[in-house]
Order: sequence, then C-alpha cells, then structure tokens
Amino acid sequence: MMGDKVTTLLKQTHVQPATLRRLLHDRWQALEVVFWLLPLAAFFLFPDYLVLGSQILIVGLFAVSLDLILGYAGIVSLGHAAFFGIGAYTAGLLAVQGWGEPLSGLLAGGALAALVGYAVSFLVVRGGDLSRLMVTLGIGLMLYEAANKAAFITGGVDGLSGVEMWKLLGLFEFDLYGKTAYLYSLAVLFGCFVMLRRLVNSPFGLSLRGLREGPKRMPAIGAPVRRRQVAIFTVSAAVAGIAGALLAQTTQFVGLDVLGFPRSAELLIMLVLGGAGRLYGALVGAAVFMLAQDYLAGLNPAYWQFWIGLLLVVIVLFARGGIMGGLEVLYARLGRKAK
Amino acid sequence: MTVALRTQGLSKRWGAFQANSDISLSFPVGARHALIGPNGAGKTTFINLLTGVYAPSAGEVFLGEERITDLPQHQRVKRGLTRTFQINTLFPGLTVLESVVLAILERKGMAGLWHKTVASQREESAEAWELLKTLHLERDADTLTRSLPYGKQRLVEIALALATRPKILLLDEPAAGIPAAESAELFSVIAGLPREVTILFIEHDMELVFRFAERITVLVGGRVLTEGTAAQIAVDPRVKEVYLGEAQHG
Amino acid sequence: MIGNLLGVLFDGIAYGSLLFLISIGLSVTMGLMNFVNLAHGAFAMLGGYVCVSLMTRLGVPFLAALPVAFVATALVGMVLERLLYQRLYRASHLDQVLFSIGLTFMAIAAATFVFGPTQQPVSLPEFLRGQVQVLGLDLGAYRLFLIAVVIAITLALGYLIERTRFGAQIRAAVDNPQASAGLGINVNRVFALTFALGSGLAGLGGALGIDVLGLDPTFPIKYMVYFLLVVAVGGAGTIQGPLVAALLLGVFDVAGKYYVPEIGAFVIYALMVVLLILFPAGLYGRRA
Repeated sequence: MMGDKVTTLLKQTHVQPATLRRLLHDRWQALEVVFWLLPLAAFFLFPDYLVLGSQILIVGLFAVSLDLILGYAGIVSLGHAAFFGIGAYTAGLLAVQGWGEPLSGLLAGGALAALVGYAVSFLVVRGGDLSRLMVTLGIGLMLYEAANKAAFITGGVDGLSGVEMWKLLGLFEFDLYGKTAYLYSLAVLFGCFVMLRRLVNSPFGLSLRGLREGPKRMPAIGAPVRRRQVAIFTVSAAVAGIAGALLAQTTQFVGLDVLGFPRSAELLIMLVLGGAGRLYGALVGAAVFMLAQDYLAGLNPAYWQFWIGLLLVVIVLFARGGIMGGLEVLYARLGRKAK
Repeated sequence: MTVALRTQGLSKRWGAFQANSDISLSFPVGARHALIGPNGAGKTTFINLLTGVYAPSAGEVFLGEERITDLPQHQRVKRGLTRTFQINTLFPGLTVLESVVLAILERKGMAGLWHKTVASQREESAEAWELLKTLHLERDADTLTRSLPYGKQRLVEIALALATRPKILLLDEPAAGIPAAESAELFSVIAGLPREVTILFIEHDMELVFRFAERITVLVGGRVLTEGTAAQIAVDPRVKEVYLGEAQHG
Repeated sequence: MIGNLLGVLFDGIAYGSLLFLISIGLSVTMGLMNFVNLAHGAFAMLGGYVCVSLMTRLGVPFLAALPVAFVATALVGMVLERLLYQRLYRASHLDQVLFSIGLTFMAIAAATFVFGPTQQPVSLPEFLRGQVQVLGLDLGAYRLFLIAVVIAITLALGYLIERTRFGAQIRAAVDNPQASAGLGINVNRVFALTFALGSGLAGLGGALGIDVLGLDPTFPIKYMVYFLLVVAVGGAGTIQGPLVAALLLGVFDVAGKYYVPEIGAFVIYALMVVLLILFPAGLYGRRA
C-alpha cells in the first residue's frame, strides 16, 4: 500500500532515485568491508603485537564515542576520559571484588558511565562553548582528584591490580599472548560500531548533524535541542565506559591515568587527526596516533610531544578535515579526473 | 473572526535601550499582514519575542486562546508558529534535501528515531522533494547549502519554514537581497499558501508590501505608530513622513 | 584560631592576586578576540624561565629581571598573535582549543628540552625574605610584595582602560569590533597590542610566581584550569570579574588545602562547577 503511494508520488514528481540514494543510508561500501578485514588479518599476521592491537581497538572505540558528541553533535568536551575511567574502574572493581564475568562487567561499566553521563549532560548543555569546556574539564579533573584521594578503593597512584577475569562466554580464557583479549575487543568494537553506524545515519543522526550545523535553526524547526544533546551525550558516555571496561578487563589493571586530562587531550588529537564527523575518522586517527606513539615516544618523549603539538597546529591551520578529510578531497579529485 | 495570534503590552528592553514598547496587536486567522518601519524600529525584535527567541520584559503572547509567553521556541513551532530569519540561518554542511527532510522529520516527531536510516523514510523524502519542486530547488537537492548562491539560500530559508506546515508564518524580510523577478516569484509561492495560514511579514520593498498585504502595521522606535488597511496606510501622512523624512536624512 | 584564619586569608589573597595578574590577559583575549587560548599558561611559564635564565646565567638581580620578563613575553606574544593567532579569530572555539593545546605541547616540550623537567629554584633578594610585622601579625614579606605589585598594576591598568585613548579603543573594540573599525579604530593594532600586554602580564606573573606557584615544564597544564576558571567564573572581557574570581579562588584553594587537605583540589573543581551552574555567563560576564 505504502509502496504504491510512494511509487505514484515518485512517478508524478520525477524523483531521481540517485538523489534518494544519497540520503543517509547504511549500505555497506566495499571499502568498509576491506577496512574491517584489516584487524582480522592483523590477528593472523602480527601475533606478537596483539596487546598493542587490543589497545588500538579499545582506544578506537573510545575515539568513536567522542566523535558522537564532537563530530556529529558539535559538543566540545575536554573531559571525556571521565567516562572511560568510570567504565574502567567499575569493571576493574567488580573483578577485584570477585565477579570476573567479562560481559556483565562490560555492561556494568557502560551503564554506570551512562548514568553519570546523563547527570552531567544537564550541566554541559547549558551555556555556550566556553562554559562546556570548563564544565567538562572540571568534571574530569574532579573525578581524577576523587579517584586519587580514594586510594583505598581505586589503588590511587599505584593503580588497581588483581583484576582477574573469568573465561569469556565460559569458553575462552584470557591468555598471555592476548589472543582472547584481541578478538574480544574486536568483537565489542565491531558490535558497537555497527549500532552507532546505524544511529548516525538515522533521523536522530540527521538531527545531530543539524545541531552541529545550525544550532540556531534547530529550535526554529521544532527540534527539542536539549533533549537531543542529553541523549547523545549519554550514549557517548556509555560507549566510552564500555571502552574503559574493555581496557580494564584486557590489561587486568586500571591506572589513574585513565581519568587524566592528558588522555582527554590525546583523544581530541586523535579525532582531529583522523577527521571528526565520519566515525571512521576516529578509528583511523586512533590507529595512526597509537602506532606513531608506540614507535616515536619510545625514542624520545619530549620530541613526541613537540611534534604532536606541531601537527595539531598545522592541522587546525591547514588541514581541518584530518586524514579522512584529505582522503575525501583526493577521492573527489580522482573522481573528477575519471570523468 | 478567530484570532490566530495576539500580543498584549509586549515590551523588550536591553539595559537603557527600549527595543519594543507596549505592543498590542491582534492577527486573525488567514491574515495577510505586513509589518513595516524604518531600520532599527524593532521589527525583528518583535518576531523574536513572538517566537520565543527573546523573553519579554513585559507583556504576553497568545496563540489563539493559549498563553505562550513562557513556552520555549521549539514548542511554539510544534503548535504551528514558524518564522524565517532575516539573515540566512541554515545548515551549511547539510544538503538542501537533507535540510528539508530534517524539518519534515521533526514536524512528524520522527527525528528521534535511531534504528532506521533516513534513506528508508520514503514518504518524508517524497514530501521534501515536492516542496523543493514548488520552489524550483529540485536541481540543487544534493548541493550543500553553503555552496548555494545567496538567492537560492533564501529559498531554502522559506522551504524550511514551509516544511513545518505552519498555521502562522512569520517572515522576516523574505526577499532581502534577491532581485525583483525572483522575489515576486517567492511571494507568489507564499500567496499560494492555504487561506487558513496566517502570514505576518516584515518587508522594506513597498511594492511587494502593497501587492500582498491586506493590513499593515507601522512600527517606529519600538512602538506601533499606526495600523490599517493597505489603502489607508498608503495615504497616511505620518507614514510618509517617517519614510520620506528618513530619505531626506539618508 | 583567628591568627590562622587571617594567615590563610592573607596567603589566599596573595595567591589569588598572582592568579589574577596572569589571568587578566586571558580575560581580555577571550573577551576581546573571542579566542579560547589554552596556551596562556605557556606565556606565564616563558616569563618565569626568562627571569630564571637572566638570574642564573647573567647574574641579573631579581627585581631587574622582572621587567625584562614582561617585555620579552610581550614581544613573543605580539609575534605569535600576528603570525598565528589572528588567523583563527573567526574559527570555531574547538579549533582555537586544539590550536592552543598544540602550542602548549610545543612549549612544554621545548621547556623540557632546554631547562630539564625539574623545578627551577629562585633566589629572592634579601629584603623580600622572611616575615614582616603588620598590625601584630607576622606576614610573609614576599607575599606582601606580591600583593603590592598586583595592586599597583591593577590601578595602572584601570587608569589605562578608563583614562587613556588606547583604553577607550580597547573598550570600544570589546563592545563592538565592527563599529569600532567603522570609527577608524585600527582594530588589528588594538588586538595585537592588547594580546602583547596580556601576555606580558602573564609573563610577569609567571616570574613573580616562581616562589609561590613553582616553575617546571608542566606549569601550563597544571595551572591552565585555574586561569580558565578565573576567566569563566569572573566573566571574560572585564577586569573586576576576574579580580573577584581570582581572589575567591585563591582563598578557597588555600583554605581548602589547609583545613581539609584530604579533599584538596577537589574543592576548587567542585566550586567551579557550582559557580558555572549558577552563573553561566560568569559573575560579571557579558559573554559566555
């Protein structure tokens, strides 16, 4: 019935199917399939680097969570590590207290982070950019201080150890080579990513982009701006919490740095490096950053910091779209040349 | 004659500056009403007060019988009160089609859907396409709003407002910056709206005002100078003085 | 008890005046150019390191090194403003934040490379050490000096802003840059000079504060939140706002660390969040 009505409308109005196809969809592109085969291939090709690999996947998920609020909804945050840390400590503490079941720990971390994110979101959506920066920065610092002082719970500067995980799904033990951890992280990342990919291409996703592109126009078309911002902030916090819980479970340790400002700042850098607002940019940025850091920071930490700073300055001044933005421009140019 | 929109003693002050003073106006359903006045008379401020962008310093706004003075902007839109902006307030990074589809989805309360893609919302896309056709924007459907020339952006400005299916439409200088031929076209689209839609528009182009307005209110220095039919205002000596006097100084 | 309370108050005021001196430049930058400059602390750090270098490598006495720190930092500020900052005045706040974080990282790395990661010691002149008797209380001489300097500078700034033509130009440009340009005010020059002045004051504050705040390469990140707090809570673009905010912050921070050391810095951040909830545009703010 609906199909008939639409077909008639389409025939009457000569809609070009191509136009409708260009509206936000989630059909899998060939490049995307290739992209997701890469980490799978890495599992077989680089068996000695699986620990680093898990870290990249986890931080990638964390970066995706920031992209949701920053890249899509345009909400600036300097304290996203707070939710990462909440997830990490929740999962870690559960395990230390004797409950080492991975999946429930994961969900618990995400849930608690979501709860705190929900509460905080009301502060964040008030006021302009500067106020948001301050509030998010402040919440992050507060949490860090609290965790530091509550060393009897969190282990303080020494960190939380003794995080012992049970077998994943009752079948797979967390082995020393990090095989289980890697595939576990990949599965969680992929699962979350698929859901979020649908979300950013949904009407809700379109309204988020509307918030970013036209914050003054949104209320004028009847959009409940605050409700949307609260919603995406909560989702973002939940995903960050899941990423944090993953970290705790796969490394079996939680350090205070999961909450620190450097982690929030680095996350911003990764996202900008990869290109915000594209979901894949977050993953690319995280991967590039982590690999570069692993290689270069080992050589000389001061050099690393200097060049990262310089890179950031250069990106902001000249290459705002990051790596993905650059690739898009390239792709468009090649496309034009082909014609 | 049912009243669609009404204000009572509406005022707005910023510190020592009184932008709107004691404005009490009433617009019946189906009105074609123009709001004119020199620059800085407070016309846009009035629209901002009506739509909830500003909170009034004093006075009330009524939508039919309902007092909406404290209602936030988006809820007024949900009740049928829509406006366009004098300065294009669009979605630079969205395409024209995406922008209109978004407005339609918001209207239908579907913009909170997260588990279906936009592309699968065929009915809404078709409606958007229809709307673009009426404004001759169909060829720009996939163009990013920021890449459009000014005149076309102005049309998108109207399209977004029309997508909300307003009962009351407030247009803030809809033809600003568009050449005469296109602005006449634009106004004929607006004139083609259903008779029950109440339209209040701010305009400086007197030819357009007298062609489309049935009643005119003149705002000067934040106050209502006079109100009447188009014919009455055309011959009112005070109005002439306000405009001619301006021309002499300008 | 009262002695302790007054002592805490005094220390807090000294600390707060130092924060104010450094933050005033940030307030003007954010209020005037609408630029969120997280790298502001780096200018303070620069002033500190200039002062230390002059004292240890060239044997310049402390009091003479201070004005040099001011001028050197002001010059660096002016150069950076003309070359880099001015390109981002129209950019989004996020871009400005990212840019200034990048600059901060570069500054920290450079400082680590040149001076090493440890705290810099400073040898204060004899007459500024020890205590001074004021109204029956023993007050630190250096902190008294600090407060005196900041009072003098605040008065000078007030005079500059209210009584001089340049000050009028700044006020006009803060209020409405386009109208000011239309009036023939060279807005670019006003921006450059005010940025230089603000950076210079920050450098001076950094040099003055070596004894109170410490000086090491992580200075910009350690204190960044304090400077932002002062401006966000006080309201960007004013002088009185950050002054009140800085003094409040200084007193609460010292009191917090003295009376409830277990909670320490937590108090400050909680205070900030509360104040921002109550005053989204700052205590005296006009722009949020």
